[in-house]
Amino acid sequence: MSEQKIDGFELKPGFKGMASDTGSDQTMFKGVHWGKAMMWIFLLSDTFVFSCFLISYMKGRGSTIVDWPNTSEVFSLHVGGVPVPLLLIAIMTFVLITSSGTMALAVKYGYEKNRKMCGWLIFATAIGGLTFVGMQVFEWSKLIHEGVRPWGNPFGAAQFGSFFFMITGFHGFHVSIGVIFLFIYTYKVFAGHYESKKRGWFTKMKGDYVEIEILGLYWHFVDLVWVFIFAFFYLW
Amino acid sequence: MEETNKMEETNKQEEQTSTQKIGIYLWIWGLLFVLSFFSYMVDWYQFQGMLRWSLILFFMFLKAGLIMAFFMHLFWERYALVNVLLWPMTAIACFIFLMNAEFQYTLFSRFFYFVVGGA
Repeated sequence: MSEQKIDGFELKPGFKGMASDTGSDQTMFKGVHWGKAMMWIFLLSDTFVFSCFLISYMKGRGSTIVDWPNTSEVFSLHVGGVPVPLLLIAIMTFVLITSSGTMALAVKYGYEKNRKMCGWLIFATAIGGLTFVGMQVFEWSKLIHEGVRPWGNPFGAAQFGSFFFMITGFHGFHVSIGVIFLFIYTYKVFAGHYESKKRGWFTKMKGDYVEIEILGLYWHFVDLVWVFIFAFFYLW
Repeated sequence: MEETNKMEETNKQEEQTSTQKIGIYLWIWGLLFVLSFFSYMVDWYQFQGMLRWSLILFFMFLKAGLIMAFFMHLFWERYALVNVLLWPMTAIACFIFLMNAEFQYTLFSRFFYFVVGGA
């Protein structure tokens, strides 16, 4: 959240505020930390990358004359001999939402300067992300074992494999990078870098809890992308 | 000039940012769980056709909206930022529209030449 009051400036709300912010001959995103604005711009570009993947998937799936594999059967798990459709995917979704919630709370406690709570919640988020990646590895190896390849599979249209590995692979890569950074920031919070104003690696920026919000934006975005993948790839 | 200096100073003081009450996060968290459960139920009960697709899209947009508005704080951001982020989505909508027309043409051509056998 950006500061809504800036000394010496009258910040108008709504579209009038947008017009005066944009035309102020100064910084446009008033009260928004530059790191946060840059993270948002990056996430916008990432949105386009994932959109291109999902749109190409729509085009590929829509234009094949062979039947698309039935995802609720392909991704079912056998529990006690009974196939439960999409079980692993559902668990993965809940794990990712859980980690998104702990991240949102970590941002809140960070701004309240509650160092311990913030650190533990980021750690919990990292564990959630690690669990998610672990389950994705299990899912991949299961499908590869069953003969799914980027160029064909035993269940139906040949394009299924290439879209599956491309889209979930790219998402899993994002989660993995996020997990690495979550562990780094767990260390930074517990080590008190935001109380001692220690500087970061590639920046002169002094340590500040706004970094946790920036990290949180990235993590929520990963969850956001999963919402779309879950809907279009697994449920559709 | 004096004003810009003030601006820079206030930027430095941004750590005083106000936070929301914990209740709103817990509510959104719970709602996301419930909505995910509902979208899983769409598959569990094997709804088909328009009902399935509309339910999937409804729960998807609701979840995405909640995450962006509250977890990513867009609800509390100034319109200058919100509009810069949301308007580019119309470009994606255009792209979806174009590729939708494209895949229908490809599908038609494949049926016409591979299945029917051409004119």
